[in-house]
Amino acid sequence: MRLTRLILALCLALGGMALTTTARAEIEVDVNKGDVKPLPIAIPAFGGDRGAEIAQVISSNLERSGLFVPLDPKSFTEQNLEVAVQPQFPLWKAINAQALVNGQVTMDGGRLRVDFRLWDVFSQQQLLGLQFTSTPENWRRIAHKISDAVYERLTGEKGYFDTRVVFVAESGGRLNRTKTLAIMDQDGANPSYLTDGKAIIMSPRFSSNSQEITFMSLRPEGSSIYLFNLETARRESLGEFPGMVFAPRFSPDGRKVAFAVERSGNSDIYLMDLQSRKAQRLTSDPAIDTSPSFSPDGGRLVFNSDRGGQPQLYVMNSDGSGAARISFGSGRYTSPVWSPSGDFIAFTKQTGNSFHIGVMRPDGSDERLLTTSYLDDSPTWAPNGRVLMFSRETPGGPSRLWTVDVTGRILRPAPYPGSGSDPAWSPLLN
Amino acid sequence: MIFEARTALKLTLIATATLSMAACGSRPKPQLVTPTPPPVQQEAPAPTPPAPRPPVDQGPIAGSVQDFVIKAGDLVYFDVDQFDVRPDAIATLKAQAAWLNRYPNVQIRIEGSADERGTREYNLSLGSRRANSVSAFLVSQGVAPSRITTVSYGKEKPIDPGTDESAYQRNRNAHTALTGGAR
Repeated sequence: MRLTRLILALCLALGGMALTTTARAEIEVDVNKGDVKPLPIAIPAFGGDRGAEIAQVISSNLERSGLFVPLDPKSFTEQNLEVAVQPQFPLWKAINAQALVNGQVTMDGGRLRVDFRLWDVFSQQQLLGLQFTSTPENWRRIAHKISDAVYERLTGEKGYFDTRVVFVAESGGRLNRTKTLAIMDQDGANPSYLTDGKAIIMSPRFSSNSQEITFMSLRPEGSSIYLFNLETARRESLGEFPGMVFAPRFSPDGRKVAFAVERSGNSDIYLMDLQSRKAQRLTSDPAIDTSPSFSPDGGRLVFNSDRGGQPQLYVMNSDGSGAARISFGSGRYTSPVWSPSGDFIAFTKQTGNSFHIGVMRPDGSDERLLTTSYLDDSPTWAPNGRVLMFSRETPGGPSRLWTVDVTGRILRPAPYPGSGSDPAWSPLLN
Repeated sequence: MIFEARTALKLTLIATATLSMAACGSRPKPQLVTPTPPPVQQEAPAPTPPAPRPPVDQGPIAGSVQDFVIKAGDLVYFDVDQFDVRPDAIATLKAQAAWLNRYPNVQIRIEGSADERGTREYNLSLGSRRANSVSAFLVSQGVAPSRITTVSYGKEKPIDPGTDESAYQRNRNAHTALTGGAR
């Protein structure tokens, strides 16, 4: 199990031997029984301009992951830490902080420089000492990069905090809802709208280079799929199709887009080379084939088809050959998304009157349902393959964004206050 | 499924009732249009009671959207996850085809929809199937394919905001919109 590895990584990262027995008892939790106890971590305000805000952003990121509990700064007895000086470990041990992050912000020729240290309080070891430099308005990204470094050092998994999310911002009543393309940082900061709200926007997806997205736009006259460059705001149609076109996704190398085209009511999956703009048909079943998603190596696609009578998940080679069903549980399976780490496929499952976000291995084994509600849909993976964002609706209520970790234990609303759906997580930014 | 069928039946009854009410409501008012084709079961125009005021044009103009909605009906409904034309939709679609054959300049767009108890992308495909079922039926009744376009709204444009089965049933529909040539 990955979780066992994670706990192990947490213990190891903190210098296993040096942990007290009580501390060890807290971290080593049987994955089959209880919740993983989050790791107590102290993140005092960094020194210098923006220092308090940077510490706050790191704190919120780590707290939201569910794997850490940032301690209340009011309990801190050692003040004015300096990056060049070892902290007084007993004072941090006394409040049961197991890890400590401190840092200093300085202005360096008009640029913001942040030095920080990560300490293992119990073994009194420095685990990280890094420096990030950027323009001052980019201070939040520095805080995200520090969060990623801390997360990776303590869990052994890559972080996912220096990322963005494209999604569909919803407003208005249930009968005339506006669905606008929007983007925000993964922590909900810097939200902005990318379309005017006149067309219904659906299924945005990031390219592997994180500066380009693809999405579908729906009007009474029909639908279109677009490429949109986030740096230049240039928008480009992927062409005219005989019927409706929907569900566009980039191949992992960013050179192709897979999508579904409907003709006389029959949806099939196509693959377009972005350079030549030639599209190759991958499925030709009379059933609904839609929602393709590439494996991280680009060799295979998982997709949704009701060729067996009900919507189920199928995997095929990226040339369309060898399609085989992988979902066999009772219920309807839709919206598959291959994890960026390749080990799982996330999906939406409908059983009776409930909807679930679930995961299974690419061969269909180890199916696990992570959530249950009136309506959950549109899972998207954080780039480290540990966390999923999805949309959730209560009966008659607005759609909201939520996150859940791959164990299903850490479930919470995403930090976006408005109504949103169809999230898509970016890769880690550069 | 039993529940479904019953709902469908109820809806048909309601639809019929609405139609006849509409017919009653429109009966006494003066019709401006002369060349009325053989009415289905229309009575001879009742002698209008001596009107104190000049007749006001309140009836739907023949060949108009309203006329289409009243004479044929612009919505048909589907069973859960199904896209074949239901028996109770056949009368509506035949009336749509008859009306469209009478006004050959009218262009239509069939808009397929699904209820919210499905996922977004799958429902888009399902709505396409529903729109195309209706399109195929109208073509089989003599409406030229060149007059028809289809679109799917998936679950994005519900017509009933409710969250019970009757609302879901209303939202599993295909709407025939007149996009050109209507009066």
